[in-house]
Amino acid sequence: MAESRNITVTVNGKRHEQQVQVRLTLADFLRQQLGLTGTHLGCEHGVCGACTVLLDGNSTRSCLMLAVQAHGHEVATVEGLAPGPDALHPLQEAFRDNHGLQCGFCTPGILMTLVEFLRDNPNPTEQEVRVAISGNLCRCTGYQGIVAAALDAAKRLQTGKGPSA
Amino acid sequence: MNAAVFGTRVDRLEDPQLLRGMGRFVDDIRFPGMLEAAFVRSPHGHAAIRSLDKRAALALPRVHAVLAREDLLPHLRNERLVVGLPSSSYKQDLNRPALAIGEVVYVGEPVAIVVAEDRYIAEDAAALVEVDYDPLPAVADCRAALAPGAPVVHRGAPHNLLAEFRMGYGDADAAFAKAAHVFRESLWQHRGGSHSIECRGAVASYDAIDDRLTLWSSTQMPHQAMRQLCDMLGRDENQVRVVTPDVGGGFGPKLVFYPEDVVTALAAMIVGRPVKWIEDRREHFVASTQERDQYWEVEIAVDREARILGIRGSIIHDHGAYTARGVNLPHNSAETVPLQYEVPAYSMNVKVVLTNKIPVTPVRGAGHPQGTFAMERLLDRVARELKIDRAEVRRRNLIPASKMPYTTQLKARGGMAVVLDSGDYPKCQEDALARGGWTDFPARQAAARKAGRYIGIGMANFCKGTGRGPFESVTVRIGPSGRVHVYSGAAAMGQSTRTMLAQIVAGQLGGDMGNVSVTTGDTAAIALGIGGSNSRQTVMAGSSAHVAAVKVREKALQIAGHVLEASAQDLEIDGDQVHVKGAPGMKVSLAKIARTVAGTAGYSLPGGIAPGLEATEHMVIDDMTHANGTAVVEVEVDVETGAVELRKFVVVHDCGRIVHPTIVDGQIIGGTAHGIGNALFEWMGFDENAQPVTTTFADYLLVTATEMPHIEVAHHESPSPLNPLGVKGVGECGVIPVAAAVVSAVEDALSPFGVHIAQTPIFPAQIVAMIERAHR
Repeated sequence: MAESRNITVTVNGKRHEQQVQVRLTLADFLRQQLGLTGTHLGCEHGVCGACTVLLDGNSTRSCLMLAVQAHGHEVATVEGLAPGPDALHPLQEAFRDNHGLQCGFCTPGILMTLVEFLRDNPNPTEQEVRVAISGNLCRCTGYQGIVAAALDAAKRLQTGKGPSA
Repeated sequence: MNAAVFGTRVDRLEDPQLLRGMGRFVDDIRFPGMLEAAFVRSPHGHAAIRSLDKRAALALPRVHAVLAREDLLPHLRNERLVVGLPSSSYKQDLNRPALAIGEVVYVGEPVAIVVAEDRYIAEDAAALVEVDYDPLPAVADCRAALAPGAPVVHRGAPHNLLAEFRMGYGDADAAFAKAAHVFRESLWQHRGGSHSIECRGAVASYDAIDDRLTLWSSTQMPHQAMRQLCDMLGRDENQVRVVTPDVGGGFGPKLVFYPEDVVTALAAMIVGRPVKWIEDRREHFVASTQERDQYWEVEIAVDREARILGIRGSIIHDHGAYTARGVNLPHNSAETVPLQYEVPAYSMNVKVVLTNKIPVTPVRGAGHPQGTFAMERLLDRVARELKIDRAEVRRRNLIPASKMPYTTQLKARGGMAVVLDSGDYPKCQEDALARGGWTDFPARQAAARKAGRYIGIGMANFCKGTGRGPFESVTVRIGPSGRVHVYSGAAAMGQSTRTMLAQIVAGQLGGDMGNVSVTTGDTAAIALGIGGSNSRQTVMAGSSAHVAAVKVREKALQIAGHVLEASAQDLEIDGDQVHVKGAPGMKVSLAKIARTVAGTAGYSLPGGIAPGLEATEHMVIDDMTHANGTAVVEVEVDVETGAVELRKFVVVHDCGRIVHPTIVDGQIIGGTAHGIGNALFEWMGFDENAQPVTTTFADYLLVTATEMPHIEVAHHESPSPLNPLGVKGVGECGVIPVAAAVVSAVEDALSPFGVHIAQTPIFPAQIVAMIERAHR
């Protein structure tokens, strides 16, 4: 089982050349090999959505994908969302201001899901937001704060209060 | 009290790190040289272990150790986790072993630990550990477990009754003898698991130079975990530190100390390298405690006006295979039944029964939803039989505000009288009914039915003891930097505990949340602590934080008075400065004040003031403060498919004074979502051999955003007289009335069919079957 490959992956704009075990998941690659522990694992069978990252801009379950499959692709994770150490992305600000998180464990996956969704649907209805995050489980919030945050973020992004991801 | 922070919607301290993906959850901790572990677990509900062969596993490259019970024994002073809460009702002592002792009694029970270079290899090796099991008859149903001649859950045990007790007061039988009406219900209630999105985990590191073991664990109760490690490993408190890092949701099961905690710790000591074990979801389904089935036979006696004369009955409570917490759950259930109603006589017999299933311990709500469900089902029944409005039946029986505080005849688990300390229950109900559109609902329902649609409305009241004592410890300290540090035995698991403590302390010490840092869940930071459970931390830790902060404030002002040559009452703290009221230029910094009492070798402290600028409080509050509320829910049932749509959901809630309105809303709404899961979606299934059959999120359904209605929350604030802040707990409250209210609404929607619902959860197929049965 020790078979490995060399892969090149761009994560949050930074190019990584790494040797990986062929069976290593993308999630474990990000967390363990690159130390990007913001991507969380909640079920490892593709239901909870906590591990959601963007692969070439499309939301992807990093627990259901192997690191070798990311070879030559661009990955975006929650760590790359904020524009800098002193500022948050408008989506993150909206989550803070609408109590869109409690324990924060599902949050990175939901943020990445919404980055893609709000890019493709910048002016969504509440029902559209609910459908968009229906593949992400949250046990703390009952989703109400998350939905409010997503709608608020849509407004913030449209009024150009911050960078669009 | 600084009005700028207490009671307001300040930003949470927790958010910036979590939003950036910079939190530190247990699985984010990684040490150089760290190894990873996987557990070999029982695949059987009940089996004897004939032999265990590690050779194939150990032959795998990069495997460091395979440890079974006999490998741990030389290092254990006590091989069982002695955690049961005291009770005189136990008939058997059944504490979990660290690793199975010749017998496994539930699927998922840990048998051995494999330590390897990484988790992938550890799992490969775990699959190569050959355990020769001799399957034994398993007990899957707690009712069948009591039958004469039933197989026993543990070989050699006399029977499957773990404990039995009666709760009650007055002469219930006499009350029933004189009653105008008596109604009986047979109820089945199921809770399911907690399913925090973060599973459990432990990282252990042993420092041989200091002879110190450190365990980072996703536990809600780090001090309890430290004591257990000390007891089991024969170490003292200086040799063990337990730290709770960020926790991705608790909801109850993480308050329990687990075999994996001690075994991971011991593995790190034996192997001599840090060891990490992270529970995966499949393990969470079989190895994290759950709260499950109760079967109720319960009857109510009322007079002609629907006033309650008495309630009596019996509960069979599924305890699982071991005692991982105690008899507290069925105690809570039984205590909950009459709590906010005037019930003159009450008698409940409780049998706590063993099954070959994962041990049962609190999940958010902790027995209260079941007691509430039983009581509210009885009241709905009274209303239906006597043709009185359901809300009116409750109105006639709720304890009125004029009788507060109200000493019930119930006893808490510690023997104290249960006293309802404050609240206006009828007003809460009235408000919820008004918001939920109760009065005009019959007209809307009639119109809908004409259109062929089945809508229904339901309601439920609840009352819950919160803030379980006896104390929580808090130290407030201002260091020479001028920064305010708060250390508490409380443990944060997502419910904004650090923000709550900072708000309370900042309210006394300058009002700047940014100048307060909070450390929770670290046994090295504070000697005593109890931790997170029972909706207790704002009440218990909040009260201690308040008293400690007041003391530090008084001392800071006294020292500032010396420095500024002013009277302490003429001073105020603003940010990190103390200044003379009305003269902001006459000021001294908290840093300078702290340095003044930090001492300089050879020089006396000014004015004979005692050293240090800190206070530690363990405020003792034995009596629980009772939160209450009412849920009103409107549903539409598709009678063809059995689908239930939640059309409107109102919760009116009273948790005393509110520290942070947004956070309280979040707790209520999150709890409500959990209750909706319990009512309509979540079922932890086992087959007749006690084999779990729902072990993925595809089989076990959590509520998602599309099923959740908008929850309308309103607050009443009846300050508690039991603590200086007037606060009550809120963490579990949302969940409690939900199943009762939803089932009441579904039954109301289906009233043309005469459907009667006596269980939770209810699934679409069951609803269709109930309609068909009622048709026959």
